[in-house]
Amino acid sequence: MTIQEIQEEIIKDFEKLNNELEKYNYLIRLGRNLKPIDPKYKTDDYLIKGCQVSTWYHSEYKEGKIFYEIDSLSPITRGFISLLLRVCSAQKPEDIKNTKFYFIDKIGFKNQFSPLKDNSLFKLINKMKADAVF
Amino acid sequence: MSGIKNTHKISAFDVIKIRNDFPVLRQKIYGKPLIYFDNAATTQKPRVVIETVSKLYSEYNSSVHRGAHYLSDQMTEMYELARQKIQNYLNARYSHEIIFTKGTTDSINAVAYSFGELCVKESDEIIVSEMEHHSNIVPWQIMTKRKGAKLRVIPINDKGELLLDEYKKLINSKTKLVAIVHVSNSLGTINPVKKIVAIAHENNIPVLIDGTQAIQHAIIDVQDMDCDFYAFSGHKIYGPTGTGILYGKERWLQEMPPYQGGGDMIERVTFEHTTYDELPFKFEAGTPNYIGAIGLGAALDYLTGIGLRNIHNYEKKLLDYGTEKLLALNGLKIYGMAKNKTCIFSFLLNDIPPYDTGIILDKMSIAVRTGHHCTQPLWSYYKVEGSVRASLAFYNTFEEIDYFCEALKKIQKMFK
Repeated sequence: MTIQEIQEEIIKDFEKLNNELEKYNYLIRLGRNLKPIDPKYKTDDYLIKGCQVSTWYHSEYKEGKIFYEIDSLSPITRGFISLLLRVCSAQKPEDIKNTKFYFIDKIGFKNQFSPLKDNSLFKLINKMKADAVF
Repeated sequence: MSGIKNTHKISAFDVIKIRNDFPVLRQKIYGKPLIYFDNAATTQKPRVVIETVSKLYSEYNSSVHRGAHYLSDQMTEMYELARQKIQNYLNARYSHEIIFTKGTTDSINAVAYSFGELCVKESDEIIVSEMEHHSNIVPWQIMTKRKGAKLRVIPINDKGELLLDEYKKLINSKTKLVAIVHVSNSLGTINPVKKIVAIAHENNIPVLIDGTQAIQHAIIDVQDMDCDFYAFSGHKIYGPTGTGILYGKERWLQEMPPYQGGGDMIERVTFEHTTYDELPFKFEAGTPNYIGAIGLGAALDYLTGIGLRNIHNYEKKLLDYGTEKLLALNGLKIYGMAKNKTCIFSFLLNDIPPYDTGIILDKMSIAVRTGHHCTQPLWSYYKVEGSVRASLAFYNTFEEIDYFCEALKKIQKMFK
C-alpha cells in the first residue's frame, strides 16, 4: 500500500469512533500491540531528548526501504507510534521525506503533534523525516 | 473610579455564589462542565478583576508618574493605591517596601542580582531547599556562578517536609542568604517559614521567602514572619498575569543596587554619572504594568471581602476530603503528605505515566498539570519523572472531587 492509502485507511478507522475517549481507548489498544523496541536500543543514547515521556528511537535502511523501531513508556504515545509505523515503516525514504502526515489532523490529534507539546511526537516525526535521506 | 470599586461581601462561605464570580468556570469542555484543578499553575479571575482591567483601558489609560495631565494623575493615584493595598495585605511596614515586578521569577532574579552584587563574594554560600521551584534555584545558580559562590541544599523527608536539623547544620559563617519556598508548588507542603527565618536571623543571615503558592491560601504577615524578602505572582492570587511583587525590608532595598536601569528609576542622568530615584522607584525601571497592578489590588480586595480565614477553612475541608477519597483508590500514591499542606494533590496512578493520565482527564473535562512542575530536583529525590498534580482553589467543590475520583477509576480500567 502507498503512504496515502494507509493514511486514508487510518482516517476511516477513526471515523468509526464516536468521541474523544473512544479514540484514546483505541490508541491505548494499538499501543498494547506495538512490538517492543530491541532492548539494545532502549538506552539513553536512543532516547528522544527533552520530552516529558521517555521515548526510544532507532531507524535502519535495508534494501531501499526504511525500518523504524520506536517505543515509549506512555501507552498513548505507543498508540501514536503504532500509527506512524503503519504509515512509514518499510517505505522508501523519498516517499517518507515528501509525505505530509495529513491523517493526524483528520483524526483530530493535531494538537498532540504541536512543537509546543513536550510529549515527543513532534520531535519523533521530525526525526523520522530527517532519517529518510538514504 | 467608583464604577470599579469592589463591593463584594460574603458573610458566610458560599461556593455557588463565589463560582458565579468567575466567568471562565461556566464553560463546558468536550460537552461537560469544566473542572479546573490547575490552580497552582494559574488561578482564574473574578469578574471584578476583569472589569477593573477593562474599565481602566477603556476610560483611564495613561502612563503613571510623569504625565502633566488629568488621566496620568488619576492613574498614578490608583497605581500607588494598589501599592498600599498590597502593603496592607502583607502587613508591610512601608508602602515603599513593595516593588512591582513581572512575577515571582522576576522578583527572585532581582534579589539574586542586587543582593549578590551587594553581599556575595567568592566561596560564600546561599541556602535553598530540595523542594524549590526552578525559579528559586536557577537565579541563585547564575549569581553564585558569577561570584564563585556555592549553593547548599536543605534535604527533605519522604513526607515532603524540610529537615530542619540539617538546615541548622548547613548554616555557617559563609552563608549569605537563605531562599526558601513558603508552600511547595509540587507537594503542597507548608514550610515553617517563621522558624526558618528565626534560625537564620540568630546568625544574622537574611531570608527570602518564595510565597507564590502561599499568598492565595493563607494570611501573610511579613512583619510577624520577619522575612527580609517575600516574592509572589499576581496571577496566582486571582489577579492579572504579568504582575508580581517583591517585598523587601527597607534597609536591604536602600542598600541594594538596582537590577535594571532605564526610565522612571532615576533622579539625575548625565553621561558621566546617574543617581537613582528613591524607593520603590529605584527598582521599577521602565513603564510599569500599572493596569495589572491595579487589577491585582482589585483581586486582593475581592479576597479580603470573602475573608482569607474563610478561604483557608474551606480549602482545608477540600484537602481532607480529597486526600481521603484519593487514598481510597487502589494503586494511587500521593507525593507530599506533610502534616501542614495546602490543597495540592500530587500523585501517580498505578504505573500510568502522568502525561497519559492528564490527557484522559482532559477529555473528561478535568484540567490538571502533569510532569515535573518545574521542580526536577524534587522528583529526583523521589526517583520518578514527575506526577499528576491537581491543585484546588476556593471555588472548587466536593462534588468536583467526587467526579475526579470516578474519572481516575475509569482511567485505571482503560489502562488495565
